Amino acid sequence: MTQIKSLADLKALKNNIQEKMDTRAKGNKDGLVQVKVAMATCGIAAGAKQIFDYFLNESEKRGIDIVLTQTGCMGYCHAEPTVEVTLPNKEPIVFGYVDTKKADEIIEKYIKNGELVEGIIPVNYETVAKN
Amino acid sequence: MAKYKMHLLVCGGTGCSASKSTEIVDNLHLSLKEKGLENDVQVILTGCFGFCEKGPIVKVMPDNTFYTEVKPEDAAEIIAEHVIKGRKVTRLLYTDPENKEHIADAKHMGFYKKQLRIALRNCGFIDPENIEEYISNDGYAAIAKVLTEMASEEVINEIKLSGLRGRGGGGFPTGVKWEIASKNHADQKYVVCNADEGDPGAFMDRSILEGDPHSVIEAMTINGFAIGATKGLIYIRAEYPLAIHRLQIAIGQAREYGLLGKNIFGSGFDFDIELRYGAGAFVCGEETALIHSMEGQRGEPTFKPPFPAQSGYLQKPTNVNNVETYANIPIIILKGANWFNKIGTEKSKGTKVFALAGQINNVGLIEVPMGITLREVIYEIGGGIKNGRAFKAVQTGGPSGGCLTEKHLDTPIDYDNLIAAGSMMGSGGMVVMDDTSCMVSIAKFYLEFTVEESCGKCTPCRVGNKRLHEILEKITKGNGTMEDLEALRNLAGVIKDTALCGLGQTSPNPVLSTLDNFWDEYVEHVKDKKCRAGVCKSLMRYVIDKDACVGCTACARNCPVNAISGEKKMPHVINDELCIKCGACIERCKFNAISIK
Repeated sequence: MTQIKSLADLKALKNNIQEKMDTRAKGNKDGLVQVKVAMATCGIAAGAKQIFDYFLNESEKRGIDIVLTQTGCMGYCHAEPTVEVTLPNKEPIVFGYVDTKKADEIIEKYIKNGELVEGIIPVNYETVAKN
Repeated sequence: MAKYKMHLLVCGGTGCSASKSTEIVDNLHLSLKEKGLENDVQVILTGCFGFCEKGPIVKVMPDNTFYTEVKPEDAAEIIAEHVIKGRKVTRLLYTDPENKEHIADAKHMGFYKKQLRIALRNCGFIDPENIEEYISNDGYAAIAKVLTEMASEEVINEIKLSGLRGRGGGGFPTGVKWEIASKNHADQKYVVCNADEGDPGAFMDRSILEGDPHSVIEAMTINGFAIGATKGLIYIRAEYPLAIHRLQIAIGQAREYGLLGKNIFGSGFDFDIELRYGAGAFVCGEETALIHSMEGQRGEPTFKPPFPAQSGYLQKPTNVNNVETYANIPIIILKGANWFNKIGTEKSKGTKVFALAGQINNVGLIEVPMGITLREVIYEIGGGIKNGRAFKAVQTGGPSGGCLTEKHLDTPIDYDNLIAAGSMMGSGGMVVMDDTSCMVSIAKFYLEFTVEESCGKCTPCRVGNKRLHEILEKITKGNGTMEDLEALRNLAGVIKDTALCGLGQTSPNPVLSTLDNFWDEYVEHVKDKKCRAGVCKSLMRYVIDKDACVGCTACARNCPVNAISGEKKMPHVINDELCIKCGACIERCKFNAISIK
């Protein structure tokens, strides 16, 4: 990695990363499914690591292309572990109380068919718009 | 395979379920079937929307329509009008309380504006272990702007103008703090991030460090440039291993990308950060104690002045800010002070992160604009009190704070209003209590914490709090007198006036605020020897109603201390001397014959 030495470097890197993500999204004709697992201490204590591994292994086994990432706390402590799934061109949906059974349901029903499953946590906040 | 075109989300939270939301689901299913649409539209029960006041809620996706106060009999109309004809059912739309207009798209509802994420903007969105995700979300753009376009005075002025105040609890204006540190000249200055989060029930700082560590690193670098410091230290408790792990990764990545180290952005400015681990002493959240702990000395506070800005770490000018304060800095630089100071109240700008806990349905991490009311937090975000019980109090500010009650529900939350109400902002723990909480015991709980955590340096805190705790213990045991209540108030006042550091001075707050707000409950404990919440065991008596008891012996067999006696098929009695009030008998009695007096 070359070091960032100027504002121009930073902007170039930022554009580069965003482009990479874009190309990946467009490269796949069905678009890209994003799965985020909330993995702060509390999420992990509630079993988020197992869920992360489950998505990792099962998506591979079942031949589904997903972008899986860990994130920090999503704020829904009452419903850990929580997983956010974004289907192409759809609003993100957050599922709470995810165990491996629920994760299986999410893959089979929501990711494959766009069919919602129970356990949705309605998002009720705004995030400050970035520049 | 079914590919649904539309989804109907029905709230399945506790409140909405009680208002027949499952019946709504059934009726929606029925209507869909009637119209032959069951393969096109999916109905699904969701978790709590938090908006229980206006429940039951039905949300239609993808057009984002938000129906409130829906009744089971409205289901057919929603299907016939909205789903089939595409016309929204106006009478069920949410009405804006201010301009009385129906709001069709949920995005425009004030309800979604109750929570605004500024400090938590990346938390739960980006991978905290990948610097590139942070950069692609405008990360390090603020430090780039500062180092390439701004002078240090401009940075300080921007922060001053923003009105940002310390989120660690005290609420000291951040820009002023920076200015003082910048004006003290020395060959070396330090920037310190206080990540010693210690209030019971608070986890905001841990969440930020675990979810968005780079924002703190970036902010500390900005702080360093503003005051002329080249070294940063993060004081974090060793009991936060994941936060430490992610910070280490983040610092490593920032160095690799040249965002920490020598000549950042080619500006000639050098800055680097190291971690310092604390052993988890509460007092080390106080800035002078924190500095002593970092120096390898006992974590004890010293008298201010000198302030750390004059003589701090290794006797050099040091600026100490809390994690959440730092998390606000980069976005203020990017969007400008005039954006930030439009959010919040006159004297408290921006938002505050709260850890919402206790007897509330949606326990969670929330971020709300200053000036929101407790009622909105509890009933419109928190989803109301668990099990439909009555609200009693909210504890804010941890061991330094106090309890707010029913009468404070509509007070706008900001630094000054909370202090006026006898509590304080604190670092952001918000513990909600229902009518099963005994306020004398709550005060005792916080005092226990303070007694345990007092560093012992000054007498008022070391001895005074111990005495306060003893008096509370006496009252909860049923041996209190009215003179004790007077003594509590006097002693609390003395500690407040004479303790050395901020922690000691605020430690009697839980006692004072409960005395003020729940005086009757104290008097009941003293005069009537009664605890209305049924918490103080010494004030309870378990009694068997001899008419209701059938002599099944279930209670006697399950009593762990053999305090219950009686012949088979004859009424039993409890020996008060032996009874430990564990409640095992009540649980076992099938005839409701045992009660607490």
